Amino acid sequence: MTQPVTMPPPTVNLLEFRNVHAAYDRIDVLFGIDLAVPSGSVVALLGPNGAGKTTTLRVAAGLHPVSSGDVLIAGRRVNGTAPEELARRGLCLIPEGRGIFPNLTVRENLRMMTYAGVSLSAVEEEAYRRFPRLKERRRQLAGTLSGGEQQMLAMARGLATRPALLLLDELSMGLAPIIVEELYEIVAQVAREGVSILVVEQFASTVLGVADLAAVLVHGKVAKVGTPAELADDLSKAYLGA
Amino acid sequence: MDKFLTFTIVGLSLAAIYAVIASGLVLTYTTTGIFTFAHGAAGMLAAFAYWQLRFDWGWPVPVCLVVILGMMAPLFGMLLEVVVMRGLRGTTDTVKLVVSISLLLFMIGLAQLIWAPGVSRPMSKFFASSPTIHLGPTTITWHQAITIGVAIVVGIALRFGLTRFRVGLAMRAAVDDPSLSALNGARPNRVSMVAWALGTVLAAIGGILIAPNVTLDAPSLSLLIVSAYAAAIFGRLRSLPLTLLGAIVVGLTDGYLTGYLPQNQYLIGLRIASPAVLLFLVLLVLPNPRLRGRMTRSREFFPMPSVRGALTFAGVVVLGGVVLMTTLSTPDQLTYGRIFPIGIVALSLVPLVGFGGQISLCQLSFAGIGGLVMAHLGHGGDPLALVWAVLIAAAVGALIALPALRLSGIYLALGTAAFATILDRWIFTLPKFAVFGWFTVDLFTQGSIGVDPLRAFGTKFDDPGSQIVIGAVAFALVSLFVIAIRRGRLGRRLIAMKDSEAACATLGMNLLGTKLLVFAISAGVAGLGGALYATQLTTIQAGNFDLVSSLQVFALAVVGGIGAVGGALFAGISLYAVLPLIGVLFPSIVQWVGLLPGATGIGLGRDPNGAVHPMREGFAPLAGSPSSLLVMALALAALYGLRLADAIDNWTFVIGLFVIPLIATAVATLSAATRQRVLAQLESSPDRTPLEWIGIDRPWTDADVERLDRELGTTSVLASELELHGTP
Repeated sequence: MTQPVTMPPPTVNLLEFRNVHAAYDRIDVLFGIDLAVPSGSVVALLGPNGAGKTTTLRVAAGLHPVSSGDVLIAGRRVNGTAPEELARRGLCLIPEGRGIFPNLTVRENLRMMTYAGVSLSAVEEEAYRRFPRLKERRRQLAGTLSGGEQQMLAMARGLATRPALLLLDELSMGLAPIIVEELYEIVAQVAREGVSILVVEQFASTVLGVADLAAVLVHGKVAKVGTPAELADDLSKAYLGA
Repeated sequence: MDKFLTFTIVGLSLAAIYAVIASGLVLTYTTTGIFTFAHGAAGMLAAFAYWQLRFDWGWPVPVCLVVILGMMAPLFGMLLEVVVMRGLRGTTDTVKLVVSISLLLFMIGLAQLIWAPGVSRPMSKFFASSPTIHLGPTTITWHQAITIGVAIVVGIALRFGLTRFRVGLAMRAAVDDPSLSALNGARPNRVSMVAWALGTVLAAIGGILIAPNVTLDAPSLSLLIVSAYAAAIFGRLRSLPLTLLGAIVVGLTDGYLTGYLPQNQYLIGLRIASPAVLLFLVLLVLPNPRLRGRMTRSREFFPMPSVRGALTFAGVVVLGGVVLMTTLSTPDQLTYGRIFPIGIVALSLVPLVGFGGQISLCQLSFAGIGGLVMAHLGHGGDPLALVWAVLIAAAVGALIALPALRLSGIYLALGTAAFATILDRWIFTLPKFAVFGWFTVDLFTQGSIGVDPLRAFGTKFDDPGSQIVIGAVAFALVSLFVIAIRRGRLGRRLIAMKDSEAACATLGMNLLGTKLLVFAISAGVAGLGGALYATQLTTIQAGNFDLVSSLQVFALAVVGGIGAVGGALFAGISLYAVLPLIGVLFPSIVQWVGLLPGATGIGLGRDPNGAVHPMREGFAPLAGSPSSLLVMALALAALYGLRLADAIDNWTFVIGLFVIPLIATAVATLSAATRQRVLAQLESSPDRTPLEWIGIDRPWTDADVERLDRELGTTSVLASELELHGTP
């Protein structure tokens, strides 16, 4: 049994990319990513379609191989570690779309989260506390939930498994703006509890309110890193290429 | 009423066995995406192992059950997962299918190696000596009661395990989204190992329960699985409750047919074929699957054959036939002559499977139809019967294709396998019958029927030597025909259809028409192969054209490379030249030969392009070196001359046949390498990145632009010219 990542001192980077390259077959998509998520902070990763945001997250979670460079979690090189091992050590990626199992019930979905080393009762308590609606629907198949409810169920894993590092991919995709705001309110709460978060969004306004730092990814490279205020102006350039 | 109850119980105990086997099948298919034809063979091995421990060695029943169900079956399942199944991720349905079919053939071979076929191995039923239990007006044996009880326990245990245990949840989660399952922390390899272990145990339980009811025979026990497939299809390979329902339908049908089918010689076969008939019917009423684009990027790639290459191939095949005729003794000609007709049957798969991506496991059934036509219409060796063989087989092929058209992938494979089963268990066993009083049909008169040798141009081709040449010429012509399809409009359509049916439909292509056409062509070609095969055999019986033989041809053609005619020749040569040769060369391992077709197929996951592809690549330099080719041809002709003059024996001749082309290729490769080095020095550009990868592998340079112009024959647009016209 592997130990969960213990919380490092605040100055340490919980997640760090050092000159990371990645490719789909022979087509390179990441051309030397350098990016750090300081412990306890929320970093927003922004950028236009096809910039490599999702690939960056998949690389961090062990779902996609690194062709060169290093990925470090809490200072340890984790290149080539299987996604399930990273998940058991306290990394949690909520993938794009709905990160749920549609043919399992809500409760069974929660049960799947216990691989991260938290008991079922603790998972249920935390999930139902944050999202009371899930409790009402716990016997229902997850695929029959509404889009917002499905995203809540997916988010529940990020909360209930008490990860040290949370990776969120396009939380807002396909959801009504009001639900997106609700979800980001919860992201902010989680961040206040000290979880380090790397969040990918294509549309920046909501996420910039929550982030401590933001990075703009263009053509597989980090074009700019700064505080949300510093970046606000540069964003339109990055998106529109002007 | 008593009779009804009795046969209900018979049916239910069969249903129980099918339910157990089928739930194992559904379990492994849903959790790992691999539909295994070898599932029944695992049950068969367990049945043989049980016979060995219990009846041959006399171990007590509980010990036998613990050893087999508690140790051997789960370990075997895990071994399968680690050694074979894990390598199949990201391969096409065809490759997965061939690997599992090969596994089936391998396991049958293994069983026959350990337990010699043809020996009676009686197994008694559980508590056979205990009195039967009285249930109102009827009775039930202990074996039947135990069987039904086991199925109920298995059903409850599966239901419980898949919802209450976390590993059960993880299995179901893997069906929805394997990578999300890993993100949750479930170890995918461990989950699929558990699934295979469990699936194999369920197959083993089914095998042990069913074995006392039937004769312990490896192939028939392995193919009993068709009944379980039918049950699993009821649940669309996904739902366990519907699978249970399917098992009950299949079991009761079998039971009631046993009890109520009129004692009629025409319908005996129907009972045996009933699961296959049900399977076929259920496939027909399955809801239409949505048209899909390509789901996974496949690693298959078959280059377009050139006209010169095609003609060379055809010429070499005909020459090969002549050489075989002139160098082999008559008994050897009988053995090796099968290469070409079976090769033609394998060729029939190339347009269908290789180009069109449609799976068919009943090609030898079409061949059987061709053979029958030859036997009945080819009296006196009338060559016109060959034409009829092609036409009738093609018509039957189209008829089968009509209902099968809506199926694809694994469902199509099962549908065609069901058809093959119906044909060889029922239709081919029918006695003489009349069709609406118009004419009578007498397929295999007394279980077998004689075939007259071909007669054309006043010559009777009744010696095996001339039959080899006829086979070779036919094979060469059909190869050219298949290559013509590939190079023409139909070939483009077929390959487009294989790549993405959805894209073809949006382009306005008539998918149904294309599929119907390719099925008919393929069946016709198989019919021709079957007709020629029949003239060589001189007497044919249903067993020559059964499902297991179809599976062998299918597996070996795919191993050879299903997208090219060379793959078909590979299948023919493997089955009727390499295997007999190994038997002659190494008599001590002759009994191991049965394992080979399966073993080669299992390795297919590594290179889905087949074995012929790398061979052809290896010989490619030869084509660019006329001098090496000429020298090789002369050397081979000299060798052949020596053999004809009896200066050397066949072994030396065969070794020469292998060595000379290898030397010639080595020389050609060396000289090509030298030439390339010189050319590279002349051009002073050592970089030979293929044009299409420039810009991806490395940035464009001016030299690349020049090279592009040179290879395309275009003229460069110079930067200065652009400025002249003011274009940016």
